Amino acid sequence: MKVLVAVKRVIDYNVKIRVKADNTGVETANVKMSMNPFDEIAVEEGVRLREAGTAEELVAVSMGPAASQETIRTALAMGADRGILVQTDDDLQPLAVAKLLKALVEKEAPQMVIMGKQAIDDDSNQTGQMLAALLGWPQGTFASKLALGDGAAEVTREIDGGLETVSLTLPAVVTTDLRLNTPRYASLPNIMKAKKKPIDTMSPADLGVDVAPRLTTLKVEEPAQRQAGVRVADVAELVDKLKNEAKVI
Amino acid sequence: MSVLVVAEHDNRSLKPATLNTIAAAAELGDVHVLVAGEGCRAVAEAAAGAASVAKVLLADAPAYGHPLAEALAPLVVGLASSYDALLAPATTTGKNLMPRVAALLDVAQLSDIAAVVGPDTFVRPIYAGNAMATVQSADAVKVITVRTTAFEAVAADGGSAAIEEVSAAEDPGISRFVGQELTQSERPELTSARVVISGGRGMQDGANFTLLEEVADKLGAAVGASRAAVDAGFVPNDYQVGQTGKVVAPELYIAVGISGAIQHLAGMKDSKVIVAINKDEEAPIFQVADYGLVEDLFKALPALSAELK
Repeated sequence: MKVLVAVKRVIDYNVKIRVKADNTGVETANVKMSMNPFDEIAVEEGVRLREAGTAEELVAVSMGPAASQETIRTALAMGADRGILVQTDDDLQPLAVAKLLKALVEKEAPQMVIMGKQAIDDDSNQTGQMLAALLGWPQGTFASKLALGDGAAEVTREIDGGLETVSLTLPAVVTTDLRLNTPRYASLPNIMKAKKKPIDTMSPADLGVDVAPRLTTLKVEEPAQRQAGVRVADVAELVDKLKNEAKVI
Repeated sequence: MSVLVVAEHDNRSLKPATLNTIAAAAELGDVHVLVAGEGCRAVAEAAAGAASVAKVLLADAPAYGHPLAEALAPLVVGLASSYDALLAPATTTGKNLMPRVAALLDVAQLSDIAAVVGPDTFVRPIYAGNAMATVQSADAVKVITVRTTAFEAVAADGGSAAIEEVSAAEDPGISRFVGQELTQSERPELTSARVVISGGRGMQDGANFTLLEEVADKLGAAVGASRAAVDAGFVPNDYQVGQTGKVVAPELYIAVGISGAIQHLAGMKDSKVIVAINKDEEAPIFQVADYGLVEDLFKALPALSAELK
């Protein structure tokens, strides 16, 4: 079967983000960008299916500015066969991304789409569920285990109290949680090889999708800062403060 | 304005997160609560008794025995035309369901709102709470998940809403519940615990987490860990508190042997009271701690356990 993985270029998780002085957003100029960590897990899962022979082809797709090519290259270096970039400088919200992915699914006809459960920039946690809804497919969100059977996928999901296993009729959308796997680092030879793998580029208009945003960000602010705390001398003083001052124990 | 809250429950009891969500909904308008489940009338009665609830809709059908998004979404979508907003707690169940509902209605979804500014304007954390965005929705129906720690729960009693039965929607039959494994722990769950105690790389070894567990048991606390501790293999991944792990906001957070990397701070800095125990007095964790103790954790933890007895 064919598997599609969706990857997003985001500010690297190690970067301390800064809110812009004019409160219009977050500073992204000259900031290190990387693949969304949950999407790395999605790519890894796809590559494992590819290596196991379950998937015959793994296609990595991304949406966003031209630089998203680099993110697709990372996926190709990890083991994806080819890439598709839907290039736009417009602000893409989850519903728009889901519609673009739906258009690509209709072109490519994969049996499964795998992506991170959320991107660590806008923290929406929506796109996979929305894509599944638009396609009328089942969704295995927050997956920590994926097993493929005959025409069905068994997905173990991380839920608040533990784990839940569901059986989904293929085709299906799977979104990844942290425990699904540990993504590999691309080796230098594979990084070199990835440079020769093809990436198709198209626009939202080519796919006939209206990506106009539905939500307007009025302002972005720093969260309330914590007041400076105090140092305590020993454990006894700590317990006393927690009991009598903070009253939390 | 009328608002529908999708209740979270296990067919026996109403989950407390629903009460926080009702509080957020009450800021928008009249609150109706949808209880969809199987053999769940007791839950509907509990919801009808909660403060601020005007009506309870009960959808009792085998298809809703487990909260599968594929079955529930058509039900919620079918009810949506009577409401201006649809809310659910930002739990794994709510986060699984609501984007599916929003896409079927062709509207955006607002995730994890932390404040209601107006009928179409909300504050939500982005970058794991390192920035707060105020966003306005242009859609006719607002589909929202609610950060439950940001809203004080309404009282569980005092209300007397009517319960109205609604019929089940057609089940698309594309997903099936197989089983679940709920963590059997005496300790509360990380994201809903009142107290969380977490260990970092300073713990040196997974076996040393028993020191944390002793303190946790005395405080009724959940045990967490930093990414460094998880990456070092001390504890499983589901312990992880941080930007790529779980985001927690307990009444009391105790960080032990955690330096305070951005990635970790992002997951816990909304806690009401933060305690840091670290032998390195320069550790960045002290900049966010209300109470800092500079001491070797291997001395401090047994002392803390003894002091709390």
